[in-house]
Amino acid sequence: MSTEAQAGDAGGVIETDAVIIGGGPVGLFAVFELGLVDIKAHVIDILDKPGGQCAELYPDKPIYDIPGLPIVTGQEITDRLLEQIKPFKPVFHLGQQVEELKRLPDGRFHLKTDVGEEFIAKVVVIAAGGGSFTPKRPPLVGIEAYEGTSVFYAVRRMESFRGKSVLIVGGGDSALDWTLNLQPVAKSLTLLHRRDEFRGAPHSVEKMRLLAAEQKIRLVIGQVSALHGEGGRLDAVTIKTKDGEERLPVEVMLAFFGLTMKLGPVANWGLALTDNLIRVDTEKFEASEKGIFAIGDINTYPGKLKLILCGFHEAALAAQQAYKYVYPGKKLLFQYTTSSSSLQKKLGVS
Amino acid sequence: MVKITFIQPDNSEQVVECEPEMTLMEAAKLNNVPGIEAECGGACACATCHVYVDEAWRDKTGTPSQMEEDMLDFAFDVRDSSRLSCQIKIKPEIDGLVVRVPAKQF
Repeated sequence: MSTEAQAGDAGGVIETDAVIIGGGPVGLFAVFELGLVDIKAHVIDILDKPGGQCAELYPDKPIYDIPGLPIVTGQEITDRLLEQIKPFKPVFHLGQQVEELKRLPDGRFHLKTDVGEEFIAKVVVIAAGGGSFTPKRPPLVGIEAYEGTSVFYAVRRMESFRGKSVLIVGGGDSALDWTLNLQPVAKSLTLLHRRDEFRGAPHSVEKMRLLAAEQKIRLVIGQVSALHGEGGRLDAVTIKTKDGEERLPVEVMLAFFGLTMKLGPVANWGLALTDNLIRVDTEKFEASEKGIFAIGDINTYPGKLKLILCGFHEAALAAQQAYKYVYPGKKLLFQYTTSSSSLQKKLGVS
Repeated sequence: MVKITFIQPDNSEQVVECEPEMTLMEAAKLNNVPGIEAECGGACACATCHVYVDEAWRDKTGTPSQMEEDMLDFAFDVRDSSRLSCQIKIKPEIDGLVVRVPAKQF
């Protein structure tokens, strides 16, 4: 790991004890374990809400193997953890991804996110699960060349689609909302979905169908099978429908196929990896770089199980070692929340 | 034991034997069948265990539930034979089942 990073402008940089990368259940519980040993934490997550996979992939699905909670849903465990860590006042930085992680000459870490937020921390806890949620890219030949110019997975500025012939692909709320919003802006708009059934909010579906009936948009049932264009500029796409193939001239394609998890920038931080997982020891759950911990689904060690409960255990042990970096030379007295008045004070219960 | 044949896009075949009650996705993962990612671990929440069920077997494997149909919206190159393998239970009736793995899960 390089030590070239500079502290940057002190004004905009957040200095803290710990930065936790990933706001899933394990990252949230790390706030608790760090908090018990007086380590203050900031949590960064690419999603716009805490909870990670639990909140994003299966908020309503039951989990049966959380000790003491015979049945709990993904959203419930997220809410309970948020309640549990409240006393430690974690600061959340949502909707952003840590892009850079470098060690400073003074031994601390400098982190920078994709929206430009900067942090300096004494320890870093990577609890990034399966990686960052990123939009799914349809596996169409050559699609990379069009991304950012003609193919998009999100709308940042509606104006950039003014006067363009737009194709929107998908059947959920994103596809429907952007169909409704971009229809007045675009020169022409086609909504393409694999079946004549939409998962989005009923009133959006209704509005979309009305636009289609008025011929203000074109609704096509089918799937994209090829892209055509040059130099990153899309001219047309091939659509497969039940009647066969059709070449549809379009300048822009917006594809909404949900999210997938990618390791992302974690791979570039110089940490020892095995099969895209961060190698850690099983005493401190520390990565190959001292002061950087990896807990939960993102780490690997002999016997590793990707279970939330294992991540909780890892958070507790990592916090013990983190204490040594945050409070060098200080001795940590092991205490129980049941009996320690000092811990209870931190938890706000005594 | 129930025998299942997975056919890869290059037409290579892999026959796996599995216990009833597990899912087709689990059988694939257990036997390291390439191309079945199952990112969400079987929660019907990711559409990365997409397979095409051979025509002859579609009656036996049944049709997708509403939830599965909704998730199939997130798969690529969905056909009438498309299923999410985490939603197909292994049972004696499907002994001999043949499924094709798509070229890409996304």
